[in-house]
Amino acid sequence: MGAGLYAELGWLPRPPEDFHARCRNVSEQEGGLGSSIQALARYALDENQLTRLAKLIGEAREQRLSLSPLVPFRLAIVSNATSQFIVPALVASAARHGIALECCEANFDQVVQEVLSADSAISRAQPDAVLIAVDHRGLPLRQCQGDAAAAQETVEAALAHLELIRKGVAANSKAICIVQTVARPPETIFGNADLAVPGTMRSLVDRVNRGIAESISGSGDVLFDVAGLAETVGLAGWHDPTLWNLAKLPFSNVFLPLYADHVGRIVAALRGKSRRCLILDLDNTVWGGVIGDDGIEGIVIGQGDPTGEAHLSVQQTALTLRERGIVLAVSSKNHDEVARGPFQTHPDMLLREKHIAVFQANWDDKATNIEAIANALSLGLDSMVLLDDNPAERALVRQLLPQVAVPELPDDPALFARTLLASGYFEAVAFSAEDRQRADFYEENARRVALREEAADLGTYLASLDMVMTVQPFDAAGRNRIVQLINKSNQYNLTTRRYTEREIEEAQRDPDCLTLQVRLSDKFGDNGMISVVICRQIGRDWHVDTWLMSCRVLGRRVEDAVLQELLLQARERGVDRIVGIYHPTERNKLVEDHYAKLGFALVERQQDGTTVWQLSVAQAPIATLPLEVRHLGSELVGA
Amino acid sequence: MIDTTDIYEKLSVIFRDVFEDETLIAKPSLTADDIAGWDSLTNLRLVLTVQKAFGVKFTAHEITSLNNVGELATLVQAKT
Repeated sequence: MGAGLYAELGWLPRPPEDFHARCRNVSEQEGGLGSSIQALARYALDENQLTRLAKLIGEAREQRLSLSPLVPFRLAIVSNATSQFIVPALVASAARHGIALECCEANFDQVVQEVLSADSAISRAQPDAVLIAVDHRGLPLRQCQGDAAAAQETVEAALAHLELIRKGVAANSKAICIVQTVARPPETIFGNADLAVPGTMRSLVDRVNRGIAESISGSGDVLFDVAGLAETVGLAGWHDPTLWNLAKLPFSNVFLPLYADHVGRIVAALRGKSRRCLILDLDNTVWGGVIGDDGIEGIVIGQGDPTGEAHLSVQQTALTLRERGIVLAVSSKNHDEVARGPFQTHPDMLLREKHIAVFQANWDDKATNIEAIANALSLGLDSMVLLDDNPAERALVRQLLPQVAVPELPDDPALFARTLLASGYFEAVAFSAEDRQRADFYEENARRVALREEAADLGTYLASLDMVMTVQPFDAAGRNRIVQLINKSNQYNLTTRRYTEREIEEAQRDPDCLTLQVRLSDKFGDNGMISVVICRQIGRDWHVDTWLMSCRVLGRRVEDAVLQELLLQARERGVDRIVGIYHPTERNKLVEDHYAKLGFALVERQQDGTTVWQLSVAQAPIATLPLEVRHLGSELVGA
Repeated sequence: MIDTTDIYEKLSVIFRDVFEDETLIAKPSLTADDIAGWDSLTNLRLVLTVQKAFGVKFTAHEITSLNNVGELATLVQAKT
């Protein structure tokens, strides 16, 4: 299994023989069109199957049928190649990731004109993101072998060209740019020396890609590392001169499903749909052999044995994922104490009990166990990935819990880690310091749950936590995390409105906006930023545009404390009334009664389930809460 | 060299897949005028699917010179 793993999306199950027939009959199936389409998209589809599925999505859209629960996303594409070639694959692959993608293409090779003009098709389409699909042929890259000064100039010109496009997008829309790196053409002029000689394509592309990567951080735009993807599958196969000459196809059609899946991942990550928890099977996944039969001495793990090293690489990968914030759990058909044995006493195990947030070893079926894990972590099933060597277990979980991602695995455990990582289920568009600590948060939470069982009543328990809540308006330092929360929070989120970094910056500056970023620490540790609120002032009312909270701090009365904070600031600013909206989604039933619980009065119940609430600032009660509030950076409220 | 009947059998499967029509049968006289939706992009998809299915590679000139399915089959036969 080499490049085939990637090109053929080896982590996805093969499509059924009757795929086209299933497409035809999709409207007759139960459970909603959007879910049926997503189910079809979850197979490893080839170019023709992707085209078929995209057509189905297009027809549904024309007939104005609901694609829910797929989340709408509008993507504009600017390219110096034939973008019609990639669009159907993008639309179908996005459905795999829970996105109802609508594409808008710029005219062929009109990249700069389209983004710089305010009334171009692209600018008028109001896209959520713009994919800048420009390759080495679309950049002003002039080969100048041996001329270092000219090489410097041409690298700068290429980077300036991309910068111009991105500035144009920023000026004419609020869209995020998805910026591609450049896949190097495989042809060399000197041969091995190309990398060392300035001005060769090899050396120019190398420097341009470095420049692109460095321009991403802090820009609000995101990276699509096409260069890395092309290198992974092989540059000689990626670039197909015949297809470029014939139809201006930017890369070989063989890799279209892979390319499109990557765009789907990035868009889904922008919408907060990346997965957050890795559930590990134990026997023949985390170690070789069956612990119940072979015992601690009999299982194969550790250096010196090829099978032992293969399973060690699974453990190492799990640990590395954990370090970037992916929560680890275990689901195994075993006796609990037997399954825990290697974690406690085997000298070669890298994974220890402290790394596992939820440990489920019993004889229930895996689907039941995975649901229990999701509940224990307050995460949705669509946040879960199951790594399991057993094809029967994989099929069972896929059938009973289609929201859980279950990668197909090859027979050889040496390739488990590679397959898991190739699947891209944990795609991240940014990395914040808090991500690194997230796995710890979940484990601290598990300890809090334990303490809660001991505490006589909730009030005593909360008081014993020594909670300190820090409140401050939005600022540049918190912006990354604010944007992340706004785009990731699904459950405790009243309106589920998603905003880009630019929009958050605007809200921060807008004098009619009240913004709050809230952090919480307690005696177990720092929870980091856990709540975000945006109110927009209209007359003497505050309309709560956004109110979200991390589920990590559910039941800690943080929402009551945030309301007290809003009331305090409302009084200072002479606001009479706070108006709240609950907009229902698939995921936020949790906060249906949020405003009712906080003492708001119901004003209106709309047909789609949206409810509108109000609270008079003068009449709202002042509550005493089991946490200390500290103010930072607020001009209106003294600390 | 692959048998002509086998080529047409395999081509029929490809045509049904690409044009989403289960009734299609590949025959030598078939041209783009006979099938709805056979535009330039679909044509390319067809040719690429044929290349992949038979494990062959055509030049741009060979692709643009094709006039009907018979010529496509002959080309496939010459390359396998």
